[in-house]
Amino acid sequence: MTERIEQRFAELRKHGRKGLIPFVTAGDPIPDATVAIMHALVAAGADLIELGVPYSDPVADGPTIQHSSERAIARGVGIERILAWVAEFRATDATTPIVLMGYLNPIEIYGYARFAEQARAAGVDGVLIVDVPVEESGSVERLRDAGIRQIFLVAPTTTELRLAAIRKQAQGFVYYVSFAGITGATQLDPVEVRRRVDHIKQGGDIPVAVGFGVRDAATAVTVSASADAVVIGSALVARLAEAEDAESAVSVARDFLAPIREALDLAAAA
Amino acid sequence: MNKPIPVSDFHAYPDVHGRFADYGGIYMPETLMPPLEELTAAYLALRDDPEFIAEFERDLKHYVGRPSPIYHAERLSKKIGGAQILLKREDLNHTGAHKINNTIGQALVARRMGKRRIIAETGAGQHGVATATVCARFGLDCIVYMGAVDIERQKINVFRMKLLGAEVVPVVSGSKTLKDALNEAMRDWVTNVADTFYIIGTVAGPHPYPMMVRDFNAVVGREARAQMLEQYGRLPDVLTACVGGGSNAIGLFHAFLNDREVAMVGAEAAGEGIETGRHAASLAAGRRGVLHGNRTYVICDDQGQITETHSISAGLDYPGVGPEHAFLKDSGRASYVGITDDEAMAAFHELARTEGILAALESSHAIAQAIKLARSMPKDQLILCNLSGRGDKDVQTIAAHEGITL
Repeated sequence: MTERIEQRFAELRKHGRKGLIPFVTAGDPIPDATVAIMHALVAAGADLIELGVPYSDPVADGPTIQHSSERAIARGVGIERILAWVAEFRATDATTPIVLMGYLNPIEIYGYARFAEQARAAGVDGVLIVDVPVEESGSVERLRDAGIRQIFLVAPTTTELRLAAIRKQAQGFVYYVSFAGITGATQLDPVEVRRRVDHIKQGGDIPVAVGFGVRDAATAVTVSASADAVVIGSALVARLAEAEDAESAVSVARDFLAPIREALDLAAAA
Repeated sequence: MNKPIPVSDFHAYPDVHGRFADYGGIYMPETLMPPLEELTAAYLALRDDPEFIAEFERDLKHYVGRPSPIYHAERLSKKIGGAQILLKREDLNHTGAHKINNTIGQALVARRMGKRRIIAETGAGQHGVATATVCARFGLDCIVYMGAVDIERQKINVFRMKLLGAEVVPVVSGSKTLKDALNEAMRDWVTNVADTFYIIGTVAGPHPYPMMVRDFNAVVGREARAQMLEQYGRLPDVLTACVGGGSNAIGLFHAFLNDREVAMVGAEAAGEGIETGRHAASLAAGRRGVLHGNRTYVICDDQGQITETHSISAGLDYPGVGPEHAFLKDSGRASYVGITDDEAMAAFHELARTEGILAALESSHAIAQAIKLARSMPKDQLILCNLSGRGDKDVQTIAAHEGITL
């Protein structure tokens, strides 16, 4: 039950497919639509869902996700509600892994023990805490002890020494940040990404997902050549922001992701 | 809440991970970890490099105008009728505050590291001006991030930075104030990491900043300690300084940390009163959390969202505080109290009328605390107060606060 991430990557490998990981900010654009959006993303081909925990000071995020976080915070979205949504999602989807992505302070204030216990009970599989590098992972030991996977970032600036330390602690998969910058920027260099991802994979068999700068089917296909999975966030969040009600948010999510899924499968089969 | 930690040597902090016991550290995205490691290594090498030290000291002397004097505020002390109030005159430095000690130090580090593009964040504009100043002095490109709200409130400092050749970039995210300017500077750094040096203006941020900024400002306390021994033949009984991020306070406190007989009191901005919630007193009224790369005391809500702060003094209007202060609070070595806007204003006027000194509103918090302490202390005791900046920049704010049209 706590191995959904590993199982999902094993299945993908077995079938020669690439993973598709959409990111949505929990509670945006309409708090009550989050669970329906998650199900729609799975129906459209998501292999894993990254659910953003909104934070007031997201230093690694570009304007799209900043504004999305601000909207969610203004609507009172916090960890308690997010965990309730995860539990609701889990009631009808027992297999799709869920990773919460965010920053440390909300979890720190919520309380590590309380978060670990409740997140696990709700069906959260992993956390990616952007401002917790390997050096500070002691802060979130309790989460790891509770079986919640620690997903770490690897960046273009990451040195060999750091990569070795990250490999030692990484669980589930590593998230390769495709360029030095913030989310939603458009500086993707496919050749360099491929070189780096191949290098990361040489050192072990942990799957590598690539994010930052993936915005459509074409960029997803390019990046997936070397990666095990692609993460797509800002482009989806920007589309969702325009949805006027829950129903249209659900169809926006589905219509956005389905062609990317199709393109990834076509490329993998070719 | 926390038991005091027994500490044998306060100068042994931070450890190699940048931790001051439970505080500090490096809570940053992976992309910035290698450049932070590179900066730490470069700085630690330079810190012991006699040539670098000589270069820094030369500029402190000839460009900043150090040493700054210790001045006995005799008429003020007499009027209060208690302990003697002594002022460490950082307001007499070039650019009018202690901030230049740090920006010179960091600009020299940047130059040694071959980085020609400097970025900085600023709230009131004082750190922005100090950064723009040294960039002009060393011929470096300077980009200053400033909240759109602060730009509106501090037009003169914005113009000053432009006169010095800096580009001022308005920040429109979040609360459009200092914390958001810091976020935006981090985003710039993460994007331009190869050629850019980030000059942080206070003893916060990720390691090595709290240590490096402290070291550059520690000249204040080193000087003051020697001046006290020379002028008074003894150390002061109490030190006071204002605390926003805490750079002038740590600058004064640091050299005295192992002199256990010297008490230390930091004055935080209690704004309209801590009970109103409109304040910026992270240590006195905040809780333990993580902000801008370090573990410290922060002002946030029950969801962990950083909340807006308030102070009449823009330089104290910050929802976090340097991790070393968090450590000094928990260890019991220093205490931190709130001074309201009104108390700071009263102290500003008192000092202006009795000594002919216009103190910065930030520093007026420290003066207010010194006056409070002096009242209950005997006349032969000495309070050394860090007059961290001059108040010329604040005359418009003061006029507006008192309903006066200039």
